[in-house]
Amino acid sequence: MKIAVVVFPGSNCDIDLYEALHTVCHADVAYVSHTQKSLAGFDAVMLPGGFSYGDYLRSGAIARFSNIMPAIIEFAQAGKFVFGTCNGFQILTEAGLLPGALKRNNGLKFICKTVELEVSNNQTAFTTQYQAGEHISLPIAHADGSYYADKATLEKLERNGQVVFRYAGENPNGSLNNIAGITNEQGNVLGMMPHPERAVEALLGNEDGLRLFKSILENGKIKEEAAL
Amino acid sequence: MTNVRIFVTYKESVFDPQGETITEAIHSLGYHEVKQVHVGKFFDVEVEGNIEKVKETVAQISEQLLVNFNLETYRYEIMEEA
Repeated sequence: MKIAVVVFPGSNCDIDLYEALHTVCHADVAYVSHTQKSLAGFDAVMLPGGFSYGDYLRSGAIARFSNIMPAIIEFAQAGKFVFGTCNGFQILTEAGLLPGALKRNNGLKFICKTVELEVSNNQTAFTTQYQAGEHISLPIAHADGSYYADKATLEKLERNGQVVFRYAGENPNGSLNNIAGITNEQGNVLGMMPHPERAVEALLGNEDGLRLFKSILENGKIKEEAAL
Repeated sequence: MTNVRIFVTYKESVFDPQGETITEAIHSLGYHEVKQVHVGKFFDVEVEGNIEKVKETVAQISEQLLVNFNLETYRYEIMEEA
């Protein structure tokens, strides 16, 4: 499967994401500029962390007007894999591909540290290589990571198993229901505040994020084989 | 040309950590009669056209861009008509 890493003005985790896929997972991956209008030839698209458009107005609010966004929305609606981490998650909520919103951390500070997470659903295309309920550690680095959705939306997320990652130790940012990552209803779009791409090599201290990418690659392959 | 000020604030149900922190700071100054602070933002926009069209435009840009309805709500004031 071929994976696109979208680069927005102000993205700063695009290289981490690319290298996690290319160098560590030996996947077929290419950068796609926000100025492009097509994702033809790609099977999955990933939106990196960073500060697209300087976080002006609200994090992710301006990126959703990029040239590439209609193609990403079309991609998601076609059931292809869409993954956003950190700012990528914020963009996916602003674009309406995921419910709810990410607001300023309750403590108001930018938090950069490793946190404990629970894999709340290992039956998604992004998490099959994890155990159900497994606890993992991943880094977070954000100021606007407090997940908010109204009561009805939260209940729906919980009922459908759309909460994929939850903060398991302390809740660092005030996210409702300790939510760290969610999918859309169809399960082909995942957004999460933690950075799995920063945790893919034991040499760098943590490889708990690696299985997320391996899950996507494995499930992409299964999908391709089923289509043949 | 009409000058319009659009105010965007959190919905009442959404926790406003900045407002909370500022309230505490005001209390530490001794002003305990200040019970609550809410932080929001405003946008001053200059819009062309007749007043009905201006109101329509302001509502549209608020709903399509300036406000995230998951969290926020808005109101606006017509500042002056030229």
